[in-house]
Amino acid sequence: MGISVNGSVREVTSPDHRLLVDWLRDDLGLTGTHVGCTTSQCGACNVMVDGEVVKACTVLVASCEGSEVTTIEGLGTPEALHPMQAAFKSAHGLQCGFCTPGMVMAGIAIANAHGPDVSEATVRHELEGNLCRCTGYQNIVAAIRAGARAMAEAGLLKEPA
Amino acid sequence: MTPFTLERPESLGAARRAFSGDAAFLAGGHTLIPAMKSGLRAVETLIDLSRVPGLESIRREGDRLIVGAMARHAEVAASPVVAAAIPGLARLAAGIGDPQVRRRGTIGGSLANNDPAADYPAAVLALDAVLATTEGTHAADDFFQGMFATALGDGEILTEVQFRVPEAFAYAKFRHPASRYALAGVAVARFPEGVRVAVTGVAYSVFRWADAEAALSAAPPAPVPPLVRDDINSDIHASAEYRAHLAGVMLARAVREMMP
Repeated sequence: MGISVNGSVREVTSPDHRLLVDWLRDDLGLTGTHVGCTTSQCGACNVMVDGEVVKACTVLVASCEGSEVTTIEGLGTPEALHPMQAAFKSAHGLQCGFCTPGMVMAGIAIANAHGPDVSEATVRHELEGNLCRCTGYQNIVAAIRAGARAMAEAGLLKEPA
Repeated sequence: MTPFTLERPESLGAARRAFSGDAAFLAGGHTLIPAMKSGLRAVETLIDLSRVPGLESIRREGDRLIVGAMARHAEVAASPVVAAAIPGLARLAAGIGDPQVRRRGTIGGSLANNDPAADYPAAVLALDAVLATTEGTHAADDFFQGMFATALGDGEILTEVQFRVPEAFAYAKFRHPASRYALAGVAVARFPEGVRVAVTGVAYSVFRWADAEAALSAAPPAPVPPLVRDDINSDIHASAEYRAHLAGVMLARAVREMMP
Protein backbone atom coordinates (compact mmCIF):
# COMPACT_ATOMS: atom_id res chain seq x y z
CA MET A 1 0.00 0.00 0.00
CA GLY A 2 2.80 2.43 0.86
CA ILE A 3 2.69 5.99 2.09
CA SER A 4 2.29 9.06 -0.08
CA VAL A 5 5.12 11.39 0.91
CA ASN A 6 4.97 14.86 -0.58
CA GLY A 7 2.91 13.47 -3.43
CA SER A 8 4.85 10.34 -4.37
CA VAL A 9 4.09 6.89 -3.01
CA ARG A 10 6.92 5.25 -1.06
CA GLU A 11 7.00 1.63 0.03
CA VAL A 12 7.64 0.87 3.68
CA THR A 13 10.19 -1.91 4.04
CA SER A 14 11.51 -1.07 7.51
CA PRO A 15 10.58 -3.08 10.62
CA ASP A 16 7.33 -2.37 12.45
CA HIS A 17 8.97 -0.52 15.32
CA ARG A 18 10.42 2.13 12.98
CA LEU A 19 9.33 5.66 13.91
CA LEU A 20 7.93 7.91 11.20
CA VAL A 21 10.62 10.53 11.79
CA ASP A 22 13.46 8.01 11.44
CA TRP A 23 11.92 6.58 8.27
CA LEU A 24 11.61 10.05 6.72
CA ARG A 25 15.12 11.11 7.64
CA ASP A 26 17.21 7.94 7.42
CA ASP A 27 15.36 5.84 4.84
CA LEU A 28 14.04 8.59 2.55
CA GLY A 29 16.76 11.17 3.19
CA LEU A 30 14.20 13.88 3.99
CA THR A 31 16.29 15.54 6.68
CA GLY A 32 14.27 18.75 6.81
CA THR A 33 12.20 17.16 9.55
CA HIS A 34 14.33 17.46 12.68
CA VAL A 35 14.76 15.34 15.78
CA GLY A 36 14.94 17.53 18.87
CA CYS A 37 13.87 16.00 22.16
CA THR A 38 12.54 12.60 20.91
CA THR A 39 10.10 12.75 23.84
CA SER A 40 7.07 14.42 22.19
CA GLN A 41 7.81 17.80 23.74
CA CYS A 42 9.62 20.03 21.25
CA GLY A 43 7.76 19.79 17.94
CA ALA A 44 10.88 19.94 15.74
CA CYS A 45 9.65 16.72 14.10
CA ASN A 46 6.17 18.04 13.23
CA VAL A 47 4.86 16.72 9.93
CA MET A 48 1.41 16.53 8.39
CA VAL A 49 -0.30 13.13 8.34
CA ASP A 50 -3.57 13.21 6.38
CA GLY A 51 -3.66 16.98 6.80
CA GLU A 52 -3.10 16.97 10.56
CA VAL A 53 0.13 18.20 12.15
CA VAL A 54 1.55 15.55 14.49
CA LYS A 55 4.88 14.74 16.13
CA ALA A 56 6.66 12.23 13.89
CA CYS A 57 8.85 11.01 16.76
CA THR A 58 5.76 9.50 18.39
CA VAL A 59 4.13 7.86 15.38
CA LEU A 60 5.00 4.44 13.94
CA VAL A 61 5.60 4.48 10.22
CA ALA A 62 3.73 1.16 9.97
CA SER A 63 0.65 2.93 11.39
CA CYS A 64 0.79 5.40 8.48
CA GLU A 65 0.37 2.85 5.67
CA GLY A 66 -2.24 4.29 3.32
CA SER A 67 -1.80 7.83 4.65
CA GLU A 68 -0.56 11.03 3.02
CA VAL A 69 2.44 12.63 4.69
CA THR A 70 3.70 16.14 3.99
CA THR A 71 7.10 17.25 5.25
CA ILE A 72 8.76 20.65 5.06
CA GLU A 73 10.29 19.58 1.72
CA GLY A 74 6.79 19.19 0.31
CA LEU A 75 5.54 22.67 1.14
CA GLY A 76 7.41 24.86 -1.32
CA THR A 77 10.62 25.20 -3.31
CA PRO A 78 13.49 27.67 -2.78
CA GLU A 79 12.15 29.63 -5.75
CA ALA A 80 8.51 29.43 -4.71
CA LEU A 81 8.23 29.25 -0.94
CA HIS A 82 4.96 28.35 0.76
CA PRO A 83 3.41 31.58 2.14
CA MET A 84 4.12 30.43 5.70
CA GLN A 85 7.78 29.81 4.80
CA ALA A 86 7.97 33.21 3.11
CA ALA A 87 6.49 34.84 6.22
CA PHE A 88 9.15 33.20 8.43
CA LYS A 89 11.78 34.61 6.08
CA SER A 90 10.42 38.15 5.92
CA ALA A 91 9.53 38.39 9.64
CA HIS A 92 12.89 36.84 10.60
CA GLY A 93 11.03 34.07 12.41
CA LEU A 94 14.16 32.02 12.93
CA GLN A 95 17.58 32.26 14.48
CA CYS A 96 19.49 28.96 14.39
CA GLY A 97 16.68 27.39 12.34
CA PHE A 98 16.55 24.04 14.10
CA CYS A 99 12.95 24.37 15.30
CA THR A 100 11.82 26.11 12.10
CA PRO A 101 10.44 23.15 10.08
CA GLY A 102 8.24 22.19 13.03
CA MET A 103 7.26 25.80 13.65
CA VAL A 104 6.24 26.26 10.00
CA MET A 105 4.11 23.10 10.18
CA ALA A 106 2.51 24.25 13.44
CA GLY A 107 1.93 27.67 11.88
CA ILE A 108 0.03 26.14 8.97
CA ALA A 109 -2.13 24.14 11.40
CA ILE A 110 -2.83 27.31 13.41
CA ALA A 111 -3.74 29.24 10.26
CA ASN A 112 -6.09 26.46 9.12
CA ALA A 113 -7.75 26.20 12.53
CA HIS A 114 -8.04 29.89 13.40
CA GLY A 115 -8.04 31.78 10.09
CA PRO A 116 -6.24 34.88 8.83
CA ASP A 117 -7.03 37.11 11.83
CA VAL A 118 -5.67 34.78 14.50
CA SER A 119 -4.71 36.70 17.65
CA GLU A 120 -1.26 36.82 19.18
CA ALA A 121 -2.59 35.15 22.34
CA THR A 122 -4.08 32.28 20.33
CA VAL A 123 -0.83 31.75 18.41
CA ARG A 124 1.16 31.65 21.64
CA HIS A 125 -1.30 29.19 23.20
CA GLU A 126 -1.31 26.97 20.12
CA LEU A 127 2.51 26.94 20.03
CA GLU A 128 2.70 25.14 23.38
CA GLY A 129 3.94 22.01 21.66
CA ASN A 130 6.85 23.73 19.89
CA LEU A 131 10.05 24.80 21.59
CA CYS A 132 12.58 27.33 20.27
CA ARG A 133 15.77 27.11 22.29
CA CYS A 134 16.97 30.43 20.84
CA THR A 135 13.79 31.73 22.52
CA GLY A 136 12.93 33.69 19.38
CA TYR A 137 9.20 33.46 19.93
CA GLN A 138 8.45 37.14 19.28
CA ASN A 139 9.25 36.90 15.59
CA ILE A 140 7.90 33.37 15.26
CA VAL A 141 4.51 34.58 16.47
CA ALA A 142 4.68 37.56 14.11
CA ALA A 143 5.63 35.25 11.23
CA ILE A 144 2.72 32.88 11.87
CA ARG A 145 0.22 35.75 11.98
CA ALA A 146 1.63 37.19 8.74
CA GLY A 147 1.72 33.71 7.21
CA ALA A 148 -1.93 33.08 8.11
CA ARG A 149 -2.92 36.30 6.28
CA ALA A 150 -0.74 35.36 3.31
CA MET A 151 -2.24 31.87 3.15
CA ALA A 152 -5.73 33.38 3.09
CA GLU A 153 -4.74 35.76 0.29
CA ALA A 154 -3.29 32.85 -1.67
CA GLY A 155 -6.50 30.84 -1.15
CA LEU A 156 -4.61 28.14 0.76
CA LEU A 157 -6.59 28.08 4.01
CA LYS A 158 -8.55 24.92 4.65
CA GLU A 159 -12.30 25.50 4.82
CA PRO A 160 -13.51 25.16 8.41
CA ALA A 161 -15.02 21.73 9.02
CA MET B 1 12.88 0.49 20.94
CA THR B 2 12.64 -3.28 21.27
CA PRO B 3 11.32 -4.74 17.99
CA PHE B 4 7.73 -5.94 17.82
CA THR B 5 5.16 -6.97 15.22
CA LEU B 6 2.39 -4.47 14.49
CA GLU B 7 -1.09 -5.79 13.79
CA ARG B 8 -3.73 -3.51 12.26
CA PRO B 9 -7.05 -5.35 12.69
CA GLU B 10 -10.22 -3.95 11.13
CA SER B 11 -12.76 -5.21 13.66
CA LEU B 12 -13.02 -5.54 17.43
CA GLY B 13 -13.19 -9.32 17.09
CA ALA B 14 -10.01 -9.43 15.04
CA ALA B 15 -8.30 -7.11 17.53
CA ARG B 16 -9.36 -9.37 20.38
CA ARG B 17 -8.04 -12.46 18.55
CA ALA B 18 -4.75 -10.74 17.72
CA PHE B 19 -3.97 -10.47 21.41
CA SER B 20 -1.81 -13.35 22.52
CA GLY B 21 1.25 -13.68 24.68
CA ASP B 22 3.19 -10.51 25.34
CA ALA B 23 0.91 -8.01 23.58
CA ALA B 24 -0.52 -4.53 24.00
CA PHE B 25 -3.15 -2.42 22.28
CA LEU B 26 -2.11 0.84 20.60
CA ALA B 27 -4.59 3.73 20.59
CA GLY B 28 -3.14 7.22 20.02
CA GLY B 29 0.26 6.01 21.16
CA HIS B 30 1.23 9.20 22.94
CA THR B 31 2.01 7.45 26.19
CA LEU B 32 2.75 3.91 25.06
CA ILE B 33 5.22 4.80 22.29
CA PRO B 34 7.28 7.13 24.55
CA ALA B 35 7.29 4.38 27.21
CA MET B 36 8.51 1.84 24.63
CA LYS B 37 11.14 4.26 23.27
CA SER B 38 12.57 4.78 26.73
CA GLY B 39 12.68 1.04 27.40
CA LEU B 40 10.05 1.12 30.14
CA ARG B 41 7.83 -1.13 28.10
CA ALA B 42 8.48 -3.85 25.52
CA VAL B 43 6.00 -6.15 23.76
CA GLU B 44 6.14 -8.82 21.07
CA THR B 45 2.88 -7.78 19.46
CA LEU B 46 1.38 -4.33 19.23
CA ILE B 47 -2.23 -4.15 18.07
CA ASP B 48 -3.12 -0.83 16.45
CA LEU B 49 -6.82 -0.07 17.04
CA SER B 50 -7.02 2.86 14.63
CA ARG B 51 -8.70 0.82 11.87
CA VAL B 52 -11.38 -0.64 14.12
CA PRO B 53 -14.59 1.21 13.16
CA GLY B 54 -17.12 2.70 15.55
CA LEU B 55 -14.87 3.50 18.48
CA GLU B 56 -14.77 7.28 18.15
CA SER B 57 -18.42 8.29 18.33
CA ILE B 58 -19.52 10.97 20.82
CA ARG B 59 -23.22 11.08 21.66
CA ARG B 60 -25.82 11.80 24.33
CA GLU B 61 -28.06 8.95 25.53
CA GLY B 62 -30.50 10.04 28.27
CA ASP B 63 -28.55 11.03 31.37
CA ARG B 64 -25.31 9.69 29.90
CA LEU B 65 -22.67 11.27 27.67
CA ILE B 66 -21.03 8.48 25.67
CA VAL B 67 -17.50 9.00 24.43
CA GLY B 68 -15.92 6.30 22.27
CA ALA B 69 -12.58 5.01 23.47
CA MET B 70 -10.75 6.14 20.32
CA ALA B 71 -12.12 9.71 20.48
CA ARG B 72 -9.11 11.98 20.39
CA HIS B 73 -8.60 14.74 22.95
CA ALA B 74 -9.01 17.39 20.24
CA GLU B 75 -12.34 15.84 19.19
CA VAL B 76 -13.69 15.84 22.75
CA ALA B 77 -12.47 19.42 23.22
CA ALA B 78 -14.27 20.58 20.06
CA SER B 79 -17.43 18.47 20.35
CA PRO B 80 -20.69 20.46 20.60
CA VAL B 81 -22.29 17.39 22.21
CA VAL B 82 -19.70 17.42 25.00
CA ALA B 83 -19.93 21.21 25.34
CA ALA B 84 -23.72 20.97 25.77
CA ALA B 85 -23.67 18.06 28.24
CA ILE B 86 -20.51 18.55 30.34
CA PRO B 87 -18.65 21.71 29.24
CA GLY B 88 -15.97 21.22 31.91
CA LEU B 89 -15.05 17.91 30.27
CA ALA B 90 -14.41 19.68 26.94
CA ARG B 91 -12.18 22.17 28.78
CA LEU B 92 -10.30 19.32 30.46
CA ALA B 93 -9.63 17.70 27.08
CA ALA B 94 -8.44 21.06 25.68
CA GLY B 95 -5.84 21.24 28.46
CA ILE B 96 -4.18 17.87 27.90
CA GLY B 97 -0.64 17.98 26.50
CA ASP B 98 -0.31 20.31 23.51
CA PRO B 99 -2.15 20.63 20.16
CA GLN B 100 -0.15 17.90 18.41
CA VAL B 101 -0.61 15.51 21.33
CA ARG B 102 -4.35 16.24 21.44
CA ARG B 103 -4.68 15.32 17.76
CA ARG B 104 -3.39 11.79 18.47
CA GLY B 105 -4.05 10.97 22.12
CA THR B 106 -7.34 9.20 22.93
CA ILE B 107 -9.53 8.98 26.01
CA GLY B 108 -9.41 5.19 25.97
CA GLY B 109 -5.64 5.13 25.77
CA SER B 110 -5.37 7.54 28.67
CA LEU B 111 -7.73 5.52 30.85
CA ALA B 112 -6.26 2.11 30.01
CA ASN B 113 -2.82 3.49 30.82
CA ASN B 114 -3.95 5.12 34.09
CA ASP B 115 -0.98 7.38 34.56
CA PRO B 116 -1.14 8.66 38.15
CA ALA B 117 -0.98 12.27 36.86
CA ALA B 118 -3.30 11.98 33.84
CA ASP B 119 -6.36 14.23 33.62
CA TYR B 120 -9.11 11.93 32.35
CA PRO B 121 -9.08 9.46 35.28
CA ALA B 122 -10.12 12.28 37.63
CA ALA B 123 -13.08 13.20 35.41
CA VAL B 124 -14.15 9.58 34.97
CA LEU B 125 -14.08 8.98 38.72
CA ALA B 126 -15.81 12.25 39.67
CA LEU B 127 -18.46 11.80 36.97
CA ASP B 128 -19.32 8.28 38.18
CA ALA B 129 -18.70 6.91 34.70
CA VAL B 130 -19.21 3.38 33.47
CA LEU B 131 -16.43 1.96 31.31
CA ALA B 132 -17.68 -0.41 28.63
CA THR B 133 -15.32 -3.06 27.25
CA THR B 134 -15.37 -6.09 24.99
CA GLU B 135 -16.05 -8.19 28.09
CA GLY B 136 -18.68 -6.13 29.93
CA THR B 137 -18.62 -3.00 32.04
CA HIS B 138 -16.66 -1.56 34.96
CA ALA B 139 -17.78 1.14 37.37
CA ALA B 140 -15.26 3.96 37.64
CA ASP B 141 -14.96 3.27 41.38
CA ASP B 142 -13.60 -0.22 40.59
CA PHE B 143 -11.63 0.56 37.41
CA PHE B 144 -8.55 2.39 38.70
CA GLN B 145 -6.44 -0.01 40.72
CA GLY B 146 -3.15 1.76 41.34
CA MET B 147 -0.25 3.19 39.39
CA PHE B 148 -0.69 2.20 35.70
CA ALA B 149 -3.07 -0.55 36.87
CA THR B 150 -6.74 -0.97 35.92
CA ALA B 151 -9.48 -3.59 36.07
CA LEU B 152 -8.88 -4.42 32.38
CA GLY B 153 -7.93 -8.05 31.88
CA ASP B 154 -5.49 -9.39 29.28
CA GLY B 155 -6.89 -8.71 25.83
CA GLU B 156 -9.89 -6.77 27.14
CA ILE B 157 -10.52 -3.66 25.02
CA LEU B 158 -12.09 -0.48 26.38
CA THR B 159 -14.78 0.54 23.89
CA GLU B 160 -16.56 3.54 25.39
CA VAL B 161 -16.89 5.73 28.44
CA GLN B 162 -20.42 6.44 29.67
CA PHE B 163 -20.26 9.64 31.72
CA ARG B 164 -23.16 10.46 33.98
CA VAL B 165 -24.29 14.00 33.13
CA PRO B 166 -24.09 16.02 36.38
CA GLU B 167 -25.75 19.24 37.51
CA ALA B 168 -22.32 20.85 37.37
CA PHE B 169 -18.73 19.77 36.77
CA ALA B 170 -15.35 21.45 36.79
CA TYR B 171 -11.73 20.36 36.68
CA ALA B 172 -8.78 22.47 37.78
CA LYS B 173 -5.16 21.46 37.52
CA PHE B 174 -1.81 22.89 38.38
CA ARG B 175 0.22 21.57 35.54
CA HIS B 176 3.87 20.81 35.24
CA PRO B 177 5.06 23.35 32.66
CA ALA B 178 7.13 20.87 30.63
CA SER B 179 5.12 17.65 30.71
CA ARG B 180 1.74 19.38 31.16
CA TYR B 181 0.70 16.54 33.42
CA ALA B 182 -1.03 17.51 36.66
CA LEU B 183 1.09 18.19 39.73
CA ALA B 184 -2.36 18.31 41.28
CA GLY B 185 -5.67 18.06 39.44
CA VAL B 186 -9.09 18.08 41.08
CA ALA B 187 -12.38 17.16 39.40
CA VAL B 188 -15.64 18.06 41.11
CA ALA B 189 -19.09 16.86 40.00
CA ARG B 190 -22.39 17.78 41.63
CA PHE B 191 -25.23 15.27 41.40
CA PRO B 192 -28.68 15.47 43.03
CA GLU B 193 -27.58 13.16 45.84
CA GLY B 194 -24.23 14.82 46.53
CA VAL B 195 -20.83 15.95 45.31
CA ARG B 196 -18.05 13.67 44.05
CA VAL B 197 -14.43 14.84 44.15
CA ALA B 198 -11.53 13.03 42.45
CA VAL B 199 -7.86 13.94 42.66
CA THR B 200 -5.06 13.13 40.21
CA GLY B 201 -1.31 13.80 40.21
CA VAL B 202 -1.14 13.76 44.00
CA ALA B 203 -0.85 10.08 44.95
CA TYR B 204 0.08 6.84 43.17
CA SER B 205 -3.33 6.64 41.61
CA VAL B 206 -6.38 8.81 41.16
CA PHE B 207 -8.56 8.76 44.31
CA ARG B 208 -11.81 10.14 45.69
CA TRP B 209 -11.37 12.79 48.36
CA ALA B 210 -13.98 11.65 50.90
CA ASP B 211 -13.62 14.59 53.32
CA ALA B 212 -14.09 17.10 50.52
CA GLU B 213 -17.13 15.21 49.22
CA ALA B 214 -18.75 15.21 52.69
CA ALA B 215 -18.03 18.90 53.27
CA LEU B 216 -19.30 20.01 49.85
CA SER B 217 -22.37 17.74 50.02
CA ALA B 218 -23.50 19.21 53.38
CA ALA B 219 -26.23 21.87 53.45
CA PRO B 220 -24.92 24.49 53.67
CA PRO B 221 -21.49 23.33 52.42
CA ALA B 222 -18.89 23.07 55.19
CA PRO B 223 -15.23 24.14 55.01
CA VAL B 224 -13.05 21.44 53.44
CA PRO B 225 -10.32 20.19 55.79
CA PRO B 226 -6.74 19.90 54.49
CA LEU B 227 -5.97 16.78 52.45
CA VAL B 228 -4.34 14.15 54.66
CA ARG B 229 -3.11 10.84 53.24
CA ASP B 230 -0.02 8.75 53.84
CA ASP B 231 0.65 8.08 50.13
CA ILE B 232 1.06 11.60 48.72
CA ASN B 233 3.85 11.83 46.14
CA SER B 234 7.01 13.68 46.99
CA ASP B 235 9.53 14.22 44.19
CA ILE B 236 11.81 16.81 42.61
CA HIS B 237 8.79 18.71 41.30
CA ALA B 238 6.80 19.06 44.50
CA SER B 239 6.95 17.87 48.10
CA ALA B 240 4.03 15.95 49.57
CA GLU B 241 3.14 18.97 51.71
CA TYR B 242 3.07 21.24 48.63
CA ARG B 243 1.01 18.76 46.62
CA ALA B 244 -1.55 18.48 49.42
CA HIS B 245 -1.76 22.27 49.54
CA LEU B 246 -2.14 22.46 45.74
CA ALA B 247 -5.00 19.94 45.89
CA GLY B 248 -6.87 22.31 48.21
CA VAL B 249 -6.22 25.27 45.92
CA MET B 250 -7.33 23.33 42.82
CA LEU B 251 -10.47 22.18 44.64
CA ALA B 252 -11.33 25.80 45.44
CA ARG B 253 -10.75 26.82 41.81
CA ALA B 254 -12.94 24.00 40.51
CA VAL B 255 -15.74 24.82 42.96
CA ARG B 256 -15.56 28.50 41.99
CA GLU B 257 -15.80 27.57 38.30
CA MET B 258 -18.96 25.54 39.03
CA MET B 259 -20.79 28.47 40.57
CA PRO B 260 -23.41 30.00 38.31
